Amino acid sequence: MLSIFLFILSGVLVGYLIRKRTFVKHVSSIISVIIVLLLFFLGVAVGANRQIVESFANIGLDAFAIAFATTTGSVLCAWFVYNRFFKEKKKTP
Amino acid sequence: MKQSLIYLSVFALGVLLAIPGIIPVYFIENDISKWILFTLLFFVGIQIGASRNILKVVKSVGLKIILVPVATTIGTFVGAITISFILNERSVTDCLSVGAGFAYYSLSSIIITEYRGAELGTIALLANIIREFFVLLLAPWMVKYFGNLAPICGGGATTMDTTLPIISKYSGSDFVIIALFHGIIIDFSVPIWVSFFLSFK
Repeated sequence: MLSIFLFILSGVLVGYLIRKRTFVKHVSSIISVIIVLLLFFLGVAVGANRQIVESFANIGLDAFAIAFATTTGSVLCAWFVYNRFFKEKKKTP
Repeated sequence: MKQSLIYLSVFALGVLLAIPGIIPVYFIENDISKWILFTLLFFVGIQIGASRNILKVVKSVGLKIILVPVATTIGTFVGAITISFILNERSVTDCLSVGAGFAYYSLSSIIITEYRGAELGTIALLANIIREFFVLLLAPWMVKYFGNLAPICGGGATTMDTTLPIISKYSGSDFVIIALFHGIIIDFSVPIWVSFFLSFK
């Protein structure tokens, strides 16, 4: 797990040092390409795993439940913060 | 929306090619994907280090802007803990690490796959894509019943890119700066939270 932080931190350092170079503009496209590659690998790992393929309906249901619960939690907290801290300011333009 | 469809199709293509065994499994059972992941994290770091303007945004809205990503984080974690009691097969930390993707499905699913295997990785991919679609489809309804910040907190890490246009449309352009700030903060917190929750067995 430590390696995750080390790679991000060294990236942050390099990014800060080269923030004025034009290279930085290409970083998001590089990221997209790597993500496409890794998601393809993930797809292959899933397709090759009979257990996952057979329980795909269950996996999808669990995913939906987690998505619903986390989104609802965040929306309710947003409602509280909006009413408590942001609403008044909007009334006085 | 277009980008998430591309990602989902690439994933589906991998699944379809692997089921009949067109792609041999040894293709993925090695350290290559781990090093590609590290390269990815390095570039994500560069993006963080090179981005500016965060301090400027804080100044223009005020310190209360920090409450928005805090609300997102607390709400998501409470939601993940709650649902883990209903989903018997998933542990609290599994649900939390999936939730900590905050709709940043690509990065979260890849990290989770590397450390917990393809099953939880797939759940992370699907759950976080579904979360993005919730906001894309339900933003007007969220604003109507839960206020202008609702699609921002709901959208998690995507509020700086894919869900920004819809937030601007329904929450109003006043909230674009908040959405950008929020997206950047949540985006950067994803790999930290995900690896934190994965470190609990």
